[in-house]
Amino acid sequence: MQQTNTIPSTHAQTKQTKQPLAKVLGFALVAGLAIAAIGGPGLIGVDPAKQSLLATLSPPSLAHPLGTDHLGRDMAARLLSGAQLSLSLALLSVLTAGLPGTILGVTSAWFGGWTDRILGAFADAVLAMPGLLLVLMLAAIAPGSWWTLYAGISLTLWVEYFRYTRQRARIVLADPSVEASRLLGLGPLLLVRRHLIPEIGPGLLTIAAFGAATAVTAVAALGFVNVGVRPPTAEWGVMMTELLPYWREAPFLILQPVACLVITVLALHLSVGGLRRS
Amino acid sequence: MAHYFKSVLTVLAARGLQAIIVAVIVGIVSFAMMQALPGDAAFRIAAGRYGYDMMDAAAAEAVRLELGLDAPWFVQLWGWLGQLAQFDLGNSLVYGTPVVDEIATQLGYSLLLAGGAIVASLMIALPMGVATGLNPDSLLDRICMGLSVFLRAVPAFALGVVLVLVFAVQLKLFPVAGFRGIENLILPSFTLGIGLAAVSNRVVRDAVVDAMNSDWQLFARTKGLSARLTLARHVLRNAALPVVTYVGVQLAYLIEGVVIVETVFAWPGIGHALVHAIFGRDIAMVQGTALTLGLLYVALNLCVDLACRGIDPRERAV
Repeated sequence: MQQTNTIPSTHAQTKQTKQPLAKVLGFALVAGLAIAAIGGPGLIGVDPAKQSLLATLSPPSLAHPLGTDHLGRDMAARLLSGAQLSLSLALLSVLTAGLPGTILGVTSAWFGGWTDRILGAFADAVLAMPGLLLVLMLAAIAPGSWWTLYAGISLTLWVEYFRYTRQRARIVLADPSVEASRLLGLGPLLLVRRHLIPEIGPGLLTIAAFGAATAVTAVAALGFVNVGVRPPTAEWGVMMTELLPYWREAPFLILQPVACLVITVLALHLSVGGLRRS
Repeated sequence: MAHYFKSVLTVLAARGLQAIIVAVIVGIVSFAMMQALPGDAAFRIAAGRYGYDMMDAAAAEAVRLELGLDAPWFVQLWGWLGQLAQFDLGNSLVYGTPVVDEIATQLGYSLLLAGGAIVASLMIALPMGVATGLNPDSLLDRICMGLSVFLRAVPAFALGVVLVLVFAVQLKLFPVAGFRGIENLILPSFTLGIGLAAVSNRVVRDAVVDAMNSDWQLFARTKGLSARLTLARHVLRNAALPVVTYVGVQLAYLIEGVVIVETVFAWPGIGHALVHAIFGRDIAMVQGTALTLGLLYVALNLCVDLACRGIDPRERAV
């Protein structure tokens, strides 16, 4: 356990003062989307489910800034309501996956032995299948409900935090500086806070952003194939399926949820530096 | 050589274990699906056997006794998994045909699509990656980087919808959906292939950059080999390994993509059948198709493992 590892500690991090433009842009976009999702529906004040069958598939106007769909529902209200659903589900599953994932990762590295082996085997079992397949099957237990989606996405996402934390924590905990702190009498909690968290923090943020992007995509994909959230809920994937038959009359309508989805995923990717982790 | 066989055996054992885990997970989740269905299972099965008119409480009771539906759930789960272990996938609850027969016809289509997607991704990623790798940090490199970041953010089904609208509906170059001939393969393959290539072209690029900066590349040039020969004989061969390894990393994306993209294009494969079965509550079909997709994932991973060992002689020598 106490093998001296000669991997240099990066405590003296080279502080990057200038952030790349793409990162700033991505972060601003994520912030903007979050604000729109929180405040938007209230600000617009239109019920996303209110139909008006006399004004279907209408082009953008003052009353409906993004037009109306095939049932005369306001597109702007529906897109914002969809943003609220997707982003809150993504945030919820990232938190649900991230906290236990990180804690179990540290536990695994700290105790080693059988604890490590059992937790590792559990993580491998989750990874035995492609994540979306698992989410699809879990969603099938109770179709149309958001909580199976949430549970499935969280279950597939925690593994990344676990594996990353376990691998980094093993290296950090074997570092001589940690041993020195231990000799000084620092307790486990303090050791983790002083040595581990600064080390793994940025990596965890990256995993969280990519995980949120995965969650947003999964929610939309399942909605699109009629397995996830059900109509009349305003959800981007569901909206795409609903508007697809009307592409000829109103091509600008079907492209709106597509654009929202792509912008959200792109913003999340950019906010942590684009393609670097793949 | 003995070492080589030992390492192959290790790979086989690991993937075999993975296959068992997949089967157990699929079995447990399908069982949970069965339990979550509303109503009494005994009545449902009796109705399926004798027809809704001929069925009564006594018939349901007989079914309950015969199938052991009054046993505790873990005994039933054990029986369920036992059936699965004998490859008894049962009959489709909707079509009444054996699930195995349905899957046998669908598997070919799904493999065709998966193969088409890999070919499409290589057709895009290899030229792009080699061109950018030979000119790192050029304008072309930066444009390709931006394009990769953007395309990576486009989910496969959204890309599929856009491609259908542009190439099938507006330009009428390809059929919209279904499967009638090879021309149906092109749009779905490229839908998936573009998503795969968005990342793998960067992997090719990095591999080529590494190879071009290596000592052995410099040596090949100083001993008098032309730039073209060095590229063909040394650089591309060495760059192949990370590319094949990366195909392995992308297999999860490929299988997930097959499920969703088949639905977009009404492709008669396993993924489409799975989504359809979930929607129709056809649990036997859900179990069969999910199991097949999961095992396909394991099998493709095994192929990549073995291919990496085949390409890189260092793996064999150790």
